[in-house]
Amino acid sequence: MEASAQKAPVKVSSRTRSERKLAWMLCAPAVIAMLAVTAYPIGYAVVLSLQKIDLRFPEQTEFIGLANYGTVLSSELWWMDVFNTLLIMVVSVSIELVLGMAIALVMHRAIFARGAVRTVVLIPYGIITVVAAFAWQFAFASDSGFVNNLPLIPDEMNWFGGHLSSLAVIIMAEIWKTTPFMALLLLAGLVTIDGGLYEAAKVDGASAWQRFVRITLPLMKPAILVAVLFRTLEAFRVFDSIFIMTRGAQNTESVSILGFNQLINRLNLGLGSAVSVLIFLFVVVIAFIFVKGLGVKVEEGRPGG
Amino acid sequence: MALAAAAAAILVTAGLAACGGSESGPTKLTFFVAIQPGGTIEETAARCTKESHGRYQVTPEFLPNDASQAREQLVRRLGAKDPSIDVIGLDVILTSEFANAGWIEPWQGKQKAAATKDVFPSVIETATFEKKLYAAPFNTNTQLLWYRKDLVKKPPATWDQMIEEAEGLKEAGTIQVQAERYEGYTVLVNALIESAGTEILSGPEAVDLEQKPTEEALAVIGKLAHSSAAPPNLSTSNEDSARLAFEAGESAFMLNYTFAFASALAEAPEINKEMGAAPFPRVNDNPAKPPLGGFNLAVSSYSAHKKEAFEAAACLSGKKSELTAVELDGLPPSHESLYSGKVVKKAYPGFAGLVKESIEAAGPRPTSPAYQDVTSAIQRTLHPPDKIDPEDTEGLYEELKSNLEAAVKREGLL
Repeated sequence: MEASAQKAPVKVSSRTRSERKLAWMLCAPAVIAMLAVTAYPIGYAVVLSLQKIDLRFPEQTEFIGLANYGTVLSSELWWMDVFNTLLIMVVSVSIELVLGMAIALVMHRAIFARGAVRTVVLIPYGIITVVAAFAWQFAFASDSGFVNNLPLIPDEMNWFGGHLSSLAVIIMAEIWKTTPFMALLLLAGLVTIDGGLYEAAKVDGASAWQRFVRITLPLMKPAILVAVLFRTLEAFRVFDSIFIMTRGAQNTESVSILGFNQLINRLNLGLGSAVSVLIFLFVVVIAFIFVKGLGVKVEEGRPGG
Repeated sequence: MALAAAAAAILVTAGLAACGGSESGPTKLTFFVAIQPGGTIEETAARCTKESHGRYQVTPEFLPNDASQAREQLVRRLGAKDPSIDVIGLDVILTSEFANAGWIEPWQGKQKAAATKDVFPSVIETATFEKKLYAAPFNTNTQLLWYRKDLVKKPPATWDQMIEEAEGLKEAGTIQVQAERYEGYTVLVNALIESAGTEILSGPEAVDLEQKPTEEALAVIGKLAHSSAAPPNLSTSNEDSARLAFEAGESAFMLNYTFAFASALAEAPEINKEMGAAPFPRVNDNPAKPPLGGFNLAVSSYSAHKKEAFEAAACLSGKKSELTAVELDGLPPSHESLYSGKVVKKAYPGFAGLVKESIEAAGPRPTSPAYQDVTSAIQRTLHPPDKIDPEDTEGLYEELKSNLEAAVKREGLL
């Protein structure tokens, strides 16, 4: 497709034209579906965010321009939540990357029961986030959880009673849940590396560490960046674990929880939509930095790509 | 194929049945209400269906027991004008919001008179918005001070005495309250502020909060939070964690609703034997104003069968239903005269009078169409409880007041 599109401007034969027409017709259902389920809601959120609109006060709807954005951006709470979200994102993705890489290497090298090892590693990722969050909440509960019975941990510890301890549990639950996803993406990059390179390096006397740093990492860069990009975007929208464990208490609120509170709890569709649009912009900026700044090529890094 | 056809046939008949009403047979009414573990709702719905002699059929749809989660489900449906709700079991705090948004119908004339006859005035107040009655009182609820008779000789009359006494106990020297960041914390804060002699709002958009009593109320929370009488999980405690700790014998004192007695009877009979009930403690010299909870029954504005829905709501909230509720789920009735009857006395052995007095003295939470903003502002400003310095409450008082002033106008993020 790409090749023909590049040649096209020179001279368009009637056959090429009809092929293109066919291509558009074949794409049309998908494009229409995408417009209906993606573009329309985003557009509608933007329209809502420019109004004072509250379902509890249906008669008081009016157009107020960018005032909702002003309210959000001048709010201390918004910036506190942005900071919390970025903190959770950076810490969890960094740890996931290291652990994910280690697990990917193990899965790659597994000599016996390969299928079983890979399946077992993937189990946490297969568990619904809300269910996993409940499981960890119960595990860390101060009255009935097993964590406080472990050695070195005080019996009276109230994990969800402090800012840092709550954040630590939330981040841990996130890491536990999504490290397998990271490992899977990295494994896909790992299998594309030609084994001959390692053989040659061994013959030249390179140590295991040198082989990892000089061969594995550089060749896996596209896969690593794509994995980190996917996880970063996902981590920025962290919601379920926080919603279940603290509902945002102890200053553990993320921007998604903030948006939820305005939209679902307060029914303030204007403010809530403004928060949602800002989250969307944040996500766009993060993706932009990865793609332009770090040169991620999503097609190359894709599993099997 | 045959299977698919059969499935389609079932779907079609189910669809027809759901429409109901216009065809022959009873009008189908859907009753959205928080689930009650004892089975009150199923029993009353079945009884009212039977008593209507084929005019309507009430089907309960259960909402979560957590007030905020139940509200989320209701407002999502009502905001979208969902016609599938007929009767709503409305938490007392939601009346103003729902009435103001035009989601529920006012009660008038004879039906209003019948729904409010013999009902506690404080309870009628919770079902009223702008002088109109929007719901029929179903059950009410209040908190008592539960204490261990084997550890405490005489129940304390004030919060200061209670904290001091708990600190002095060798075992079980803690006080169970509700201080997680949720509606229950607002209940506690409001009860303390009301008991101290002021109120949070004096009108839907008017913040009252007289400085001295408010600071006294805040100081009580701060004092408890910084005392050895605070359980380790204070900032994540709710009705259930309080009950569990009390039943496990960890605490000599507990502020909780009436269900706690029946629960202890079933789960911890040894503790229940030593369980004493006393009035909600005072903050200062003013009389205590305990919390008021409960449900009122409203008719949805989007119901297609309002006439039948009003009839059903009247039956579901009537005295017979309240007796079922107290018998099966330990929920206090909203009709005064029932407290001298034997059903209530059996459910509340020795403390039926105390429950009645507590309801009469109660200080309801503020009413405002923007209640959700008000309660969020309270919880955000005052949680966790140990952020309150009992010696210096002025800064926090100013913060609470200004946050509430923004909240009643629905300004800012919450």
